[in-house]
Amino acid sequence: MNKAIEVGKSEHREPFLRIARRDGVSPGRKIGVRAASIVIALILDALFIVVVTGLNPLAVYAEIFKATFGTSLRFMWMLRDMAALLCIGVALAPAFKMRFWNIGAEGQVLMGGFATAMCMMFLGQKLPTPVLFLVMVIASLAAGALWSFFPAFFKANWNTNETLFTLMMNYVAIQIVAYATNILRGQASSLGTINMGSKIGWFPKLLGYDFTLNILIVAVLTVAMYIYLKYTKHGYEISVVGESEKTAKYAGIDVKRVTIRTLLLSGAICGLCGFIIVAGNKHTISTNTAGGDGFTAIIVAWLAKFNTFYMALISFLLVFLEKGAGQIASTYGLNEYIADIISGIILFCILGSEFFLNYRMIFRHKEEKGGGVK
Amino acid sequence: MEDAIRLVGITKTFGEIRANRDISLTIRRGEILSLLGENGSGKTTLMNILSGIYFPDAGQVFVGGREVTIASPKDAFDLGIGMIHQHFKLVDVFTAAENIILGLPGERRGRLDMKAVEEKVRRICDRYGFDIEPDQKVYEMTVSQKQTLEIVKVLYRGADILILDEPTAVLTPQETEKLFAVMREMKKDGRAVVIITHKLHEVLSVSDRVSILRKGEYIGTVDTKDATELSLTEMMVGKKVTLDIERPEPENRVKRIEVKNLNVMGPEGVPVLKDISFEAYGGEILGIAGISGCGQKELLEAVAGLTIPMAGSSVEYFPPDKDKPEQLVGRSPREIKDMGVHLSFVPEDRLGMGLVASMGMADNMMLKSYEKGSSFFVEKKAPRELAEAVKDELAVVTPSVGYPVRRLSGGNVQKVLVGREIAAAPSVLMTAYAVRGLDIGTSYQIYHLLNEQKKKGVAVIYVGEDLDVLIDLCDRILVLCAGQVTGIVDGREATKEGIGLLMTKIARTDDGHRHLGHADTTETTEGGAAHE
Repeated sequence: MNKAIEVGKSEHREPFLRIARRDGVSPGRKIGVRAASIVIALILDALFIVVVTGLNPLAVYAEIFKATFGTSLRFMWMLRDMAALLCIGVALAPAFKMRFWNIGAEGQVLMGGFATAMCMMFLGQKLPTPVLFLVMVIASLAAGALWSFFPAFFKANWNTNETLFTLMMNYVAIQIVAYATNILRGQASSLGTINMGSKIGWFPKLLGYDFTLNILIVAVLTVAMYIYLKYTKHGYEISVVGESEKTAKYAGIDVKRVTIRTLLLSGAICGLCGFIIVAGNKHTISTNTAGGDGFTAIIVAWLAKFNTFYMALISFLLVFLEKGAGQIASTYGLNEYIADIISGIILFCILGSEFFLNYRMIFRHKEEKGGGVK
Repeated sequence: MEDAIRLVGITKTFGEIRANRDISLTIRRGEILSLLGENGSGKTTLMNILSGIYFPDAGQVFVGGREVTIASPKDAFDLGIGMIHQHFKLVDVFTAAENIILGLPGERRGRLDMKAVEEKVRRICDRYGFDIEPDQKVYEMTVSQKQTLEIVKVLYRGADILILDEPTAVLTPQETEKLFAVMREMKKDGRAVVIITHKLHEVLSVSDRVSILRKGEYIGTVDTKDATELSLTEMMVGKKVTLDIERPEPENRVKRIEVKNLNVMGPEGVPVLKDISFEAYGGEILGIAGISGCGQKELLEAVAGLTIPMAGSSVEYFPPDKDKPEQLVGRSPREIKDMGVHLSFVPEDRLGMGLVASMGMADNMMLKSYEKGSSFFVEKKAPRELAEAVKDELAVVTPSVGYPVRRLSGGNVQKVLVGREIAAAPSVLMTAYAVRGLDIGTSYQIYHLLNEQKKKGVAVIYVGEDLDVLIDLCDRILVLCAGQVTGIVDGREATKEGIGLLMTKIARTDDGHRHLGHADTTETTEGGAAHE
């Protein structure tokens, strides 16, 4: 017994900082913490801007804002890019909700875009426009779905690791596109603008803009996916399988079938996104067509906790910051890394605020320290 | 007697939940203290504070009269406090001795002297009559031996204040007696022993004093010699209770399920069920007893169609409205349901199998019926109404039927699950450890619900671990041991000792095969009880 005293552990001493989980956060607090996080982000950024670049931070913020809201065309560009990102997020939602880590969106989008581009090139002259569009849609859906089918099939039957499988499928897709562009155009990394003169297979202008249709399609998908996940039997099955396979089997759900069906859907929407990007925006195909959105969309889907409406907000935030970073880089001739740091600080603070919503910190001899964001 | 530990004003909150509220109690040397309380009363939290796993929000801890800070399990060890957790913390592929020295600082110089370690372990084992060998691998040990090893582990580290968290939950009555003998020996050695349990007869037989907690608050401490099961229960629950389980006489017994030569292979290619044969009747409760992991789970899952039994197995269902039995083997749960078999199943793993933890009551109600109808959309209104009905009828405590069931207390989770399964109007109701972890009030509510089902003519199968309850509640009790039926006894005539013997009947022989002690008992006991 006396050992305790010898060891010298007997003095009373409370740890300096402890972290405890917080239950149930009031809406007012949520808004407060998030607003505070933005204020802190702007202050930190201002310090960074002044110290590193010597510019007026307010002018820099105005530029960031103008990048999206400066002109109506810029605003539409932002919406167009946001639509592409959101579309992939929406595609990932059912897979992630089922706890199937589909990180192969990049490849699935690319295959959808590739199928679309091939239709435009080889069927453009032969088919009437409505039929051509129908074929393009079907081809892109099928190509995306095919790319997610293999990992889903192997996972369902032999429980293979879907993360590695879907990831590797990305590289296969990239190589196929690289190979095809090389053959079709000889050593080129892109096919160049397809049907530049005739604009066959291009989305028609709507309401004065080239890509209104992109935005409309994604808006419809966003709402439809929300309803699908929340109110349909399929959506219910996805939730149950995602929560616990054992529960799903107990409930009589055919887990294999649900896994494959859900991944076909996820891949098909990714494919459709490829179609939207190629036919509605870039009118070409290259290994860069998906442009990393397939990976960024994973962040979008996760941060939104698979709620498609939150996904819209988060894709807006990401695209807004990206546009802003580009804008200040060009306006002030800044190194683009510095521009990225400025937008990165904002993102970091907004995401970091989640911690203060879920946990509270307890300092020594103090009851409770709120938020941490003062 | 000298005070080993004194707690003053201990408070610990988790989010909104106050697990411990201003608790003060004393643990003495040379004495066994029972810490008694229903689930969620804060017993384990309090002991985890002593063993350095949690840090209290407020309050003081005195060890040997001096105020101390226990900020980590290492601090606890340094103070001589050792906790034996409910779930063993052992490395399966290590030997007993290796597990014991795991995490201990070695000698400053020189190599690890395994011989000396084994010698010291042997000395401890001899002192208390433990039957473990230092070089025995953990995966070769029985549950009881693993627990013994946990005890040796803390003794080896010099603990003289031992805390045992529900140690008897995994033991047979005979093993429990042995453990109690060891605890009494430790007491003689002047150690302080704390046992957490909610089995009242154990409290009365082993402890000197009983401290009672209720809903995180300290209620009081009584000397065991002045206590009775009833007086303790009243302190624990906070109101007057009766402790009798009713057992209505079975009426209109009709055969519902007949299992013949059921064999199931486990995932490792080892048989987990061997030649199981029994019958279950509507209007009676068939109990299933056995040490945990002896095939209870596999048996229920095989009947429910969740596992595929081996060729030659037969599970026949006798429908109330038809003469011909239906074969269930080889059919999926969905197919069994589509055949019109009303089979309800309350699995052991409530949140991981019976319910969807992140969903509310309403969404959980439709787990087995959501696919009804041809609509693409789910029907949400009926499940919501059912959820409201279950909530009112079984007094489920939840803010709303949309509140995630994961956040409900264990008793309320079980009420949701049992409520749903009973609402499906079953003709066979299987329950696995239906009252595990539930407080006394809720347990009795569940027994009552099962009896009501029995009176309605439902064939109830009750897998249980508390032999007293099995004997009081069930009409017949089937005993499983190592995946085999070692006997089916009449609940009205069964004794705890008798069932305890059947639970351990199959002994391991030298060549590694298991065999039945008395192969003919199965037929005779079943013959006696199964005749109508």
